[in-house]
Amino acid sequence: MKIVVLVKHVPEASEARYADDLTLDRASVDGRLSELDEYAVEQAISLVEKGLPATVTYLTMGPAHAAEGLRKALAMGGDDAVHVSDEALHGSDSLSTSLVLAKALEHVGFDLVVCGMASTDAEMSVVPAMIADRLGLPQVTFANSLTVSDGSVAIRRDGDTAVEDVTADLPALVSVTDRTGEARYPSFKLILAAKKKPLTTLTLADLGITPEQVGLTGAASAVRSAAPKPPRQAGVVVVDEGDAATQIADFLVTQKLL
Amino acid sequence: MAEVLVLVERSDGVVRKATLELLTLARRLGDPAALVCGPADDAVMKALGEYGAGKVYVVDDPAIHEFLVAPKAEALVDVVRRTSPATVLVTAGREGTEVAARTAVRLDSGIITNAVEVAPGDGGPLVTQSVLSGGWITQSQVVRGTPIVTVLPNAVVPEALPVEPVVEHIEVQISDAARKSRIVQRTPKTGTGRPDLADASVVVSGGRGMGSAEAFGLLEQLADAMGGAVAASRAATDLGWYAHDFQIGQTGKTVAPQLYLASGISGAIQHRAGMQGSRTIVAINKDPKAPIFGITDFGVVGDAHAVLPALIDEVRRRKG
Ligand SMILES: Cc1cc2nc3c(=O)[nH]c(=O)nc-3n(C[C@H](O)[C@H](O)[C@H](O)COP(=O)(O)OP(=O)(O)OC[C@H]3O[C@@H](n4cnc5c(N)ncnc54)[C@H](O)[C@@H]3O)c2cc1C
Ligand SMILES: Nc1ncnc2c1ncn2[C@@H]1O[C@H](COP(=O)(O)O)[C@@H](O)[C@H]1O
Repeated sequence: MKIVVLVKHVPEASEARYADDLTLDRASVDGRLSELDEYAVEQAISLVEKGLPATVTYLTMGPAHAAEGLRKALAMGGDDAVHVSDEALHGSDSLSTSLVLAKALEHVGFDLVVCGMASTDAEMSVVPAMIADRLGLPQVTFANSLTVSDGSVAIRRDGDTAVEDVTADLPALVSVTDRTGEARYPSFKLILAAKKKPLTTLTLADLGITPEQVGLTGAASAVRSAAPKPPRQAGVVVVDEGDAATQIADFLVTQKLL
Repeated sequence: MAEVLVLVERSDGVVRKATLELLTLARRLGDPAALVCGPADDAVMKALGEYGAGKVYVVDDPAIHEFLVAPKAEALVDVVRRTSPATVLVTAGREGTEVAARTAVRLDSGIITNAVEVAPGDGGPLVTQSVLSGGWITQSQVVRGTPIVTVLPNAVVPEALPVEPVVEHIEVQISDAARKSRIVQRTPKTGTGRPDLADASVVVSGGRGMGSAEAFGLLEQLADAMGGAVAASRAATDLGWYAHDFQIGQTGKTVAPQLYLASGISGAIQHRAGMQGSRTIVAINKDPKAPIFGITDFGVVGDAHAVLPALIDEVRRRKG
């Protein structure tokens, strides 16, 4: 059985910014494997450790240095990695990202796709559902826990109004939340070993996608303006000397909140 | 004017306040219409009519309850194809977002998520988002297909505009592909008796600095005295001090109440992402250097265990 984990290389949250062309600045900002995708990596590796006969492949779409994210994942465990990289991808929206990843999944083959719950830069939580739709796969998303057996997957998730148990036959696509269990830290030995694991790079041509379908040209939405949020007006900070409660209450009254 | 289609969400059978907000927003963009997935009783029709839904489409297919997300998306796609709305508005949240995502793929239409503001614009609605953990503001537009926009709760104040809705029941052919993720069990979440987090105008929130699950009792007392909801940081929910349903932040809920009172919360970027749209922020933290003080309107450097009991008394006294 083949598990493919979708991982994204993202700008470090504290430095993330928009570039002059109104796309996320991925060139001059330090990047990392999205923390929320580490949970997906952890779940895939631990399924195998718990006895599931499977290989684990990582798949990412992103600029050249996104390969660092794949190396980090490989250091945590797993077998090999695939990097879709192409100049034309710069500025792709969620629709084209899901198209590229869906085609790449068809290209590499899979029984189970594991995603994170959201990318920490785009924070959309749409790519997994989009890929499932494109590939006609059952989507089993926002798993807090998951089990795979007998050609099927079962999860428990927090729905908006109920806790839901969901099952589907493989092949299927799951996404996992940050409640599935802490991701492991790779040891130095594993980091070195990961450098020798196979990493394949694919271009759009390999996937039969034309440059017009992706990037800023292929995007179905356009950012018109982007600016750092103006800082909130500095407030009052007092040190409690026994009367803080009265001071808070007085403040709430001035704000008509009490 | 063309219709603006709102996907209706319900909680315990009752139309969510967030849906009434979307109907209010829809009026700025066109003629509000609503899609109900599942049975629509008189109370639902009344609520939708009260907030201006001139047209209500109802798709009631058992698949909608048996399977995750996909059947609802097919219902929405079908209704969009039949009615060609100017824009589709969906409440941002786990289910709505994924329904919107699938719909965008089927229609090859642009999607913009987590809007905090939607205004009419040349060539389609202009959508404002708070992005990068709330650090940046962007404005975007859909440039292909029917704009699909998910909107965060509390983006607008719902305003009644009573109309008599025209109701249309629609049969949708739900495909086999949409019948693959079966919901085998649903355990309803029990209500707290407090306002829904998304809708609450006061949110009282606690973090690791609360020190224990018991200390959250103080937050509940304060919330009850103010008619508010209780929330927590991820550190507190991970420690099991408060249920994860009430976690605020990047991987929890986004709230924008009139008052957010944070107690024993440092104010990490991932936490701020879920609350910095709040109108007024008050914090109690014993560390004067805690980042939360960078975004507070009123901050107290002090021990939550000393300040909170006194504050509860003070609020109760002033409320009489
Ligand atoms: C990908 C990712 C997603 C995340 N998503 C979320 C999310 O959705 N929501 C979220 O909250 N976090 C999230 N986090 C975690 C976040 O980074 C912080 O670790 C977390 O918010 C810290 O919670 P805290 O403020 O309660 O705890 P701490 O950071 O430990 O802060 C506790 C605070 O309490 C104060 N304190 C201690 N004792 C007292 C006392 N007696 N009285 C008053 N103050 C006291 C301390 O001075 C300190 O400032 C996420 C992290 C990652 C990596
Ligand atoms: N460029 C990408 N490369 C690989 N996986 C991705 C990419 N973008 C999104 N994903 C996957 O989709 C999930 C949700 O992303 P998003 O919809 O952007 O919030 C992530 O956690 C990843 O698992």
